[in-house]
Amino acid sequence: MIEDLERNTARRERRDALFAMVGLLATFVGMITLGALILDLAVDGVGRLSFNFFTSFPSRFADRAGILSAWVGTTAVMVVTAATAVPMGIAAGVYLEEYAPKNWITAIIEINIANLAGVPSIIYGLMALGLFVYQLGLGQSILTAGLTLALLILPIVIVATRESIRAIPNSIREAAYALGATKWRTIRDHVLPYSTGGILTGVIIALSRAIGETAPLITIGALTFIAFLPGSPITSEFPFISLDWLMSPFTVMPIQMFNWVSRPQQEFHLNAAATGLVLMVMTLCMNAVAIYFRYRFRKRIKW
Amino acid sequence: MASNPGKPETTYPSVRELSLQSDVAGLNLQKIRERIIEFSLFLAALSSIAITLGIVGILLYESEQFFTHVSIVEFLTDTEWTVLFANPRYGIMPLVTGTLVTSITALVVALPLGTIIAIYLSEYADHRLREILKPVLEMLSAVPTVVFGYFALLFLTPLLQKFLPALPGFNMLSAGIVIGIMIIPYISSLSEDAINAVPVTIREGSYAMGATRLQTALRVLIPSAFSGIASAYVLGFSRAVGETMIVAIAAGQQPNLTLNPMEGAATITTFIVQVSLGDLPHGSIAYQSIFAAGLMLMLMTLAFNIGGYFLRKKFREIYE
Repeated sequence: MIEDLERNTARRERRDALFAMVGLLATFVGMITLGALILDLAVDGVGRLSFNFFTSFPSRFADRAGILSAWVGTTAVMVVTAATAVPMGIAAGVYLEEYAPKNWITAIIEINIANLAGVPSIIYGLMALGLFVYQLGLGQSILTAGLTLALLILPIVIVATRESIRAIPNSIREAAYALGATKWRTIRDHVLPYSTGGILTGVIIALSRAIGETAPLITIGALTFIAFLPGSPITSEFPFISLDWLMSPFTVMPIQMFNWVSRPQQEFHLNAAATGLVLMVMTLCMNAVAIYFRYRFRKRIKW
Repeated sequence: MASNPGKPETTYPSVRELSLQSDVAGLNLQKIRERIIEFSLFLAALSSIAITLGIVGILLYESEQFFTHVSIVEFLTDTEWTVLFANPRYGIMPLVTGTLVTSITALVVALPLGTIIAIYLSEYADHRLREILKPVLEMLSAVPTVVFGYFALLFLTPLLQKFLPALPGFNMLSAGIVIGIMIIPYISSLSEDAINAVPVTIREGSYAMGATRLQTALRVLIPSAFSGIASAYVLGFSRAVGETMIVAIAAGQQPNLTLNPMEGAATITTFIVQVSLGDLPHGSIAYQSIFAAGLMLMLMTLAFNIGGYFLRKKFREIYE
């Protein structure tokens, strides 16, 4: 009887220990893939990484081709995206957390934001193609691309803003009110500064996602072969600032990579790997910075 | 926040009036300014509704044009999708099967791995290990999908071909596996949240009966957290359905009515990419067809999301 029980316990503990191993292995499957991915890109692509690779336009000769127009395009699109999504997302987050009354409009907005986060990115591309490119006549431009990605990452920015605002205790707001501050002064001088860390983390993660987005930009008709740069934002004549670049056609790094990987020739695959490596380094760095911020701000602030 | 104390600036006007007569006008101005700010913030929040209306409006508007040329019956029942051919046929079925096969392959990979990881991280891993493992795992979902596509086509497919020599260069198997790995973090972190939400007392009750951690996880925690875990699965599936670049690169772009993951096929998303890469005149049937395909994709993900919502409601355990 006792032996039976002991045997039973031993068997159950063995299974328990076995699962601990299986669990660790399962986690490693993800990590090994990540490692293999980076290694694969590095082995194929690192040979192509040179100064010329960053300063050359794409070319039909693989060894002369570079990603100049792609990284300039990515930067320009990201400027538009950040300039649109960050203020809008923070404003919407502040409204929902600090002002929104509990009524059906608020409920609909909240459900809607949750749903938007689940809409496939290519659908945003279709919407932008129909609305921005043709109905509003913005064309297949940097402006259209930036706005499209801004809409795509808006839910991420809103959710991040709300979460970090929610973490601020009410006593802080009440202290500000007690000193006669209005609601907006309280938000501007207290709520927003204290939640900057969390909001920044969310914004960086959102932008790192936007950098890698390919499908919606292909859908709005981004070109895959661009051998010129958009106009310079600074001009020699008055008023010294030009917005012509907003309407310029463009390509971005993921599209350039897609173009190269879709070609049958092996040499272009090496270019694709090098572009992928640059993309990976950029997104991983951004995520690492975001994780560091999250960790640091979580540690430093004790209410 | 609705529970904030009312309007402090007007709480004691008499005190202010006594000391600063001229401030009254300033107060009114301030009130107007506050209103304007509140209204602009409200507009920003409302913009999310505008986005949804824009998406639904554009998809319906362009699809409606499409369906004046092609009957819905043909769209749903024809077995061939050859929009770009001289004799076009408009049957969405091959694209739907392609989408389903890659997504189901992805789930076969992500579902067990994601669940095991969730149990491991919440019940087994100690705090320090978890703090390292979780962010690294989340990096997986931060990798640009075009990079995953490269990996599927030029690393995983050649690797799989060593074991399955008959596997063609473009196939849904490799694309599906990579999508599966990509969605592991979604499934594992949402499932972990669900498992963590089960009250400690229930866990302790199970331990008190002599159950091991594994028995507690499988027989107590997973049934209790089932609604949350199921909705994690559904969310992961809807991610897989909408995934574009991995399949566009690694699964080939030929519509193919098959349920065999060892073949190449086009998905709904691949077709949209393929058409967008070409130079189609605005207003042609082929141009409109990508919106009809997009509508189909949207309806599929919507159906899964609603399904997930009901799963969550039906199996939710409520603890006091």
